[in-house]
Amino acid sequence: MVKVTIDGLEIEVEEETTILKAARQLGITIPALCYNELIEPYAVCRLCVVELQRGQRTRLVTACNYPLRESVVIRTNSERVQRLRRMNIELLMARAPGAKIIQDLAAEMGIERTRFPLEDSDEKCILCGLCVQACSDVVQAYALGFSERGSKRVIGPPYDTTPETCILCGACAYFCPTGHIKMTDTDGRILHSELTLGPNAAITLPFRQAIPNVPRVNPDYCIHMKTGGCELCVKVCQKEAINFTELAQDSFEEFEVGAVIMATGFQDFDPTPMKLYGYGVLPNVLTSDEFERMNNAASPTGGRIVMENGEEPRSIAILHCIGSRDEHYHKYCSRVCCMYELNFAHLVNVKTSAEVYQLYIDMRSFGKGYEEFYQRILDEGVNVIRGKGAEVVPAYQKRRGEGGLLVCCEDTLIGKYREIPVDMVVLCTALEARADAAEIGRKFNISTGADGWFIEAHPKLAPVSTTTEGIFLAGVCQGAKDIPDSVAQGAAAAAQVMKMFCQGELLMDGAYAEIVEDICSGCRICNGLCPYNAITYDIEKKVSAVNPAMCKACGTCVAACPSGAITGRHFTDEQIYAQIEGILA
Amino acid sequence: MSFEPKIIGILCNWCSYTGADLAGTARMKYPANMRSVRVMCSGRVDPGFIFDALAHGADGVLICGCHPGDCHYVEGNYKCMRRIPLTQRLLQDMGIDPRRLRLEWVSASEGGRFQKIVTEFTEEIRALGPLKLRDMKFDMNRPDRYSLMAEAGDTVHTY
Ligand SMILES: Cc1cc2nc3c(=O)[nH]c(=O)nc-3n(C[C@H](O)[C@H](O)[C@H](O)COP(=O)(O)OP(=O)(O)OC[C@H]3O[C@@H](n4cnc5c(N)ncnc54)[C@H](O)[C@@H]3O)c2cc1C
Ligand code: SF4
Ligand code: FES
Ligand code: FES
Repeated sequence: MVKVTIDGLEIEVEEETTILKAARQLGITIPALCYNELIEPYAVCRLCVVELQRGQRTRLVTACNYPLRESVVIRTNSERVQRLRRMNIELLMARAPGAKIIQDLAAEMGIERTRFPLEDSDEKCILCGLCVQACSDVVQAYALGFSERGSKRVIGPPYDTTPETCILCGACAYFCPTGHIKMTDTDGRILHSELTLGPNAAITLPFRQAIPNVPRVNPDYCIHMKTGGCELCVKVCQKEAINFTELAQDSFEEFEVGAVIMATGFQDFDPTPMKLYGYGVLPNVLTSDEFERMNNAASPTGGRIVMENGEEPRSIAILHCIGSRDEHYHKYCSRVCCMYELNFAHLVNVKTSAEVYQLYIDMRSFGKGYEEFYQRILDEGVNVIRGKGAEVVPAYQKRRGEGGLLVCCEDTLIGKYREIPVDMVVLCTALEARADAAEIGRKFNISTGADGWFIEAHPKLAPVSTTTEGIFLAGVCQGAKDIPDSVAQGAAAAAQVMKMFCQGELLMDGAYAEIVEDICSGCRICNGLCPYNAITYDIEKKVSAVNPAMCKACGTCVAACPSGAITGRHFTDEQIYAQIEGILA
Repeated sequence: MSFEPKIIGILCNWCSYTGADLAGTARMKYPANMRSVRVMCSGRVDPGFIFDALAHGADGVLICGCHPGDCHYVEGNYKCMRRIPLTQRLLQDMGIDPRRLRLEWVSASEGGRFQKIVTEFTEEIRALGPLKLRDMKFDMNRPDRYSLMAEAGDTVHTY
């Protein structure tokens, strides 16, 4: 510990503490423009000069990076200090006339103009290098640096091109004390394409009702996970709750389970390939997912329905069946959209005064209370048009003088082609099987149908079971359905599992394949053919054997065995030959 | 009397057998020439079944399975899809017209498609005429070890 005197006040601090920190502990402010406590001080602005007295000798030092090692006396506001500080600020004013913070600091010191010749009048950079340090030391992206020398010295990416190593984290803009660096991409607009579900800060609660209700690090946005640098949160968190050494290494845990309920759900159909609707090209054309997100109280718009320019739309068209009931994409009906679309209309009515148009093929209000809800929406004055939205075009293409969008459709109830001018379009996209459904299905030995949904053992009699014993289905992964149906199916699947567990033993189908050891030549042709991995090879006996609990009796191996060693119980060769010969006799 | 072909249909339990049922319950009419044998999956179809049927007087064999990607047992129909062309090559070697064997996909909901396929296939076999076998050897213990030889004229060798 060292004892120092700052402006007449005594304080004891740990050795190597900087003057700036010690002064701050005493509540003494020293102007410090290029200092940021999260970054190693580089001492460029030299506004933090103070007078340091050791014995009889005094000298001027920068407070932000001067480490205290012995008892000294410091004056932060002596005349000598003030003189130098004023000169330094005048130099900065000349260097960066565009930086408001420097003007403010100067005004505080009562300086109106600089004696030195101005450089570029818009210049804001004081070349403090905080951004460069942030980028290299903190983020470790090494995308920024100094170039040129002397008075030409500038900060920027190498060769003035966007460097590949830049991860768009914005740390440079965050640390820049003068506002020289800005992230300008979004222009302050509300980018509808960024209204994806979920927060996009690196550390947040996943969603408000999350359990456990603690923030987590999102690897998609965390700089440390991308570059290995940063770790600022570790430095800041006083509870020392953040531990990247464990987090960075996901661990795999294995569990023995007796049953699996597949509830992997769906993914949203991407309407980008349907060029006619202009998704991703025209502004204010949203998917239902984005619209749902915008309506969420925790969304970037705080639940307000707004266009990209931040204004409330005057009219909204909600287009049904995008990618559903469509020969070119999915033939099936996605089942949930009609109802949530009516809900969308209701939300628009509650939150805005916009006119709503629903363009539908058929209105499928199939469930309990659903038709009544439809009637209510009609009473609210929503325009329902029976006719699929055929095209969305910018309005000026067809009609002069009007901005916004034009939705073209055939109103089949009045038998007329219509063009409806609107400010916003919501495309209600199909629910489709997840891209990885087939792969997951293979892992669990269950099959997917032509639509990609998992197939149940029987559509009516075993709707939550699969052909693999102990694997059950719940929710949309089995086919499009809404929340009540998903929940019912989940409960049914859980009951099936309980039933299986309560029995204590597994009931097997009588039909399965058997290998006659004496005939099996050990060729192992059947081993790879079994879709359920039910056949194993006994190395000692040099024969293959079927595990009857895993066999589903498809008979592929029976047909393939060159020695005729495999019998398919209930569908034996003899039985089938007898049938064929019998019906031909 | 006109020639009435005998046709054996080997149908997958989960799709075409149900599809055939549907055709029946929907009162769809198709020629009575086809008699069906149920297997659990088209992957169960042993080429031996086909030879046995032809040896015992069938003029044609129709195999029906689930559409690709829809097999109840994940991929049995793909295995069948590989076996049938090989069997057709063998038939050709035996002098039997490979058109007498056909593989089709019919789902449980495609009663109409089933009716159409059976009608079409029956007409095709009727046009090919009865299958006449000149020589037939087979191993009593191994009914799948067939050697059939059609009378000249059933097919043209394309070698
Ligand atoms: C825009 C929109 C609005 C809707 N509005 C309504 C409404 O108002 N009312 C209503 O009743 N229904 C509505 N629905 C339907 C509703 O979203 C679904 O019925 C419901 O989400 C289905 O639940 P689920 O659990 O089956 O699937 P999901 O909600 O899709 O959940 C599946 C979960 O499994 C996870 N997962 C996937 N694969 C794996 C894997 N391999 N390992 C581990 N986890 C995995 C996923 O990350 C996901 O969290 C709406 C749907 C859409 C698209
Ligand atoms: S639920 Fe309605 S909007 Fe969705 S696919 Fe079916 S008919 Fe179209
Ligand atoms: S803050 Fe110390 S030199 Fe800028
Ligand atoms: S179950 Fe029908 S072909 Fe496999």
